Amino acid sequence: MLINVPETVVADALRGLAAAHPELTVDVENRVIVRRDAPVAGKVALISGGGSGHEPLHGGFVGPGMLAAACPGEVFTSPVPDQMVRAAAAVDSGAGVLFVVKNYTGDVLNFDMAAELAEDEGIQVAKVLVDDDVAVTDSLYTAGRRGTGATLFVEKIAGAAAEEGQPLERVEALARRVNDSSRSFGVALSACTTPAKGSPTFDLPAGELELGIGIHGEPGRERRPMMTSGEIAEAAVDAVLTDLAPRNPVLVLVNGMGATPLLELYGFNAEVQRVLAERGVAVARTLVGNYVTSLDMAGASVTLCQVDEELLRLWDAPVKTPGLRWGM
Amino acid sequence: MLDADFFRRWMTAAAASVDREAERLTALDSPIGDADHGSNLQRGFKAVAADLEKEAPDTPGAVLVLAGRRLISTVGGASGPLYGTLLRRTGKALGDAAEVDRGQLAEALRTGVNAVRTLGGAAPGDKTMLDALVPAADALGDSFAAARAAAEEGAVATTPLQARKGRASYLGERSIGHQDPGATSAALLVAALAEVAGE
Repeated sequence: MLINVPETVVADALRGLAAAHPELTVDVENRVIVRRDAPVAGKVALISGGGSGHEPLHGGFVGPGMLAAACPGEVFTSPVPDQMVRAAAAVDSGAGVLFVVKNYTGDVLNFDMAAELAEDEGIQVAKVLVDDDVAVTDSLYTAGRRGTGATLFVEKIAGAAAEEGQPLERVEALARRVNDSSRSFGVALSACTTPAKGSPTFDLPAGELELGIGIHGEPGRERRPMMTSGEIAEAAVDAVLTDLAPRNPVLVLVNGMGATPLLELYGFNAEVQRVLAERGVAVARTLVGNYVTSLDMAGASVTLCQVDEELLRLWDAPVKTPGLRWGM
Repeated sequence: MLDADFFRRWMTAAAASVDREAERLTALDSPIGDADHGSNLQRGFKAVAADLEKEAPDTPGAVLVLAGRRLISTVGGASGPLYGTLLRRTGKALGDAAEVDRGQLAEALRTGVNAVRTLGGAAPGDKTMLDALVPAADALGDSFAAARAAAEEGAVATTPLQARKGRASYLGERSIGHQDPGATSAALLVAALAEVAGE
């Protein structure tokens, strides 16, 4: 691993982020990344956060048109409430803040505690949970669906609405609509290695793959002998479509898990587009790349988000962050 | 009777135990979680021990409230809020008393454990820390040694269970056959209590 010692991995990355992006204010000690012009008068501020190891999520999505602040935790560990309280105080203009929370027990608990503390300080807080992963059965017998690729769609589209000056209730409703319209499915060709453990989080022999993985190095629901890119695209798209029957065109995110080359991701995207066409799903926009990663895991996820004209307009709106940038 | 110093020693013993067992906790967290339970608790309890060296709260309740707050602000994940709430609420239930007896501690611990149940939404049998904490709080009415044995038994008994809460629940049936790391660390905390009590 290209690190000094496991204990300083997150702080080292934050110092590097600060050096590369002077347009962000990075508080390394308190682990808060804020867009430099915050608070922006009259505008709702989006705050997200979560364990590190998913870069560019979330710190790479801080900037005009997306997040106002991000709070990175330890690797695969949700941040602590103090970070979100600090972020809220830094970015709230009086128009309120929206917490974008991926649905994991730790993230939910820490963001809930933070919301209470921020409200005590007179900040208006709304929350939206992202839970798009169809590999997890949403029932009383699990912690509920995981938040994965749809987080990018929620942060981009709600961030654009906030940038336009839409009020908190409206930004929150849009964020919820994006989550409700999105579903994801991921596959792993290799496990990932956390700095603290130093060896792969689970044992996945070459020649096999895991279907239905999350983004924390946890094994998936099913193991199979290696499949071709086309077969994987069919499995992933069909898993998503069992739970989302889009009547409108979709946004497609073909997301790399960290160690899969773009060459393979683009090839995989060709197969995803073929399967979508065969299933009669119209594609409005496509994004291919490493956006919601899982350290050095090899593999990919497919996220579809059904969009109407309003959501598509907000998706196309200008954005300027380290990880996502267009139109400005 | 148990005074503030007893509770400080409990927290210090817990920190030492978590430190010793960190690798095992992380190893247990690897097949059914994300391989960081040991390092996260290690960071939190180290901070608690350092705080208690600097500050000397003068009641049992104040020691646990301080420890709980520190865990919430340093651990992250689900274990930070859950263990933090356990200690904070147990401490609050002890009130301002300068000394408490084992029965009062058992009663307060039950309050703390119930707060964990409410916060995390889990129940015994879901393969979580509650599988060690609930029987331990009940057995503490009998003796410290009984609480330790009940917690350890509860942790071992999570192995054949299917996880219904937390990250292990994503695995469905594949979570069966692994001892729950949260129940294991909870048993360490109870064992540290018995150790300080000399049982």
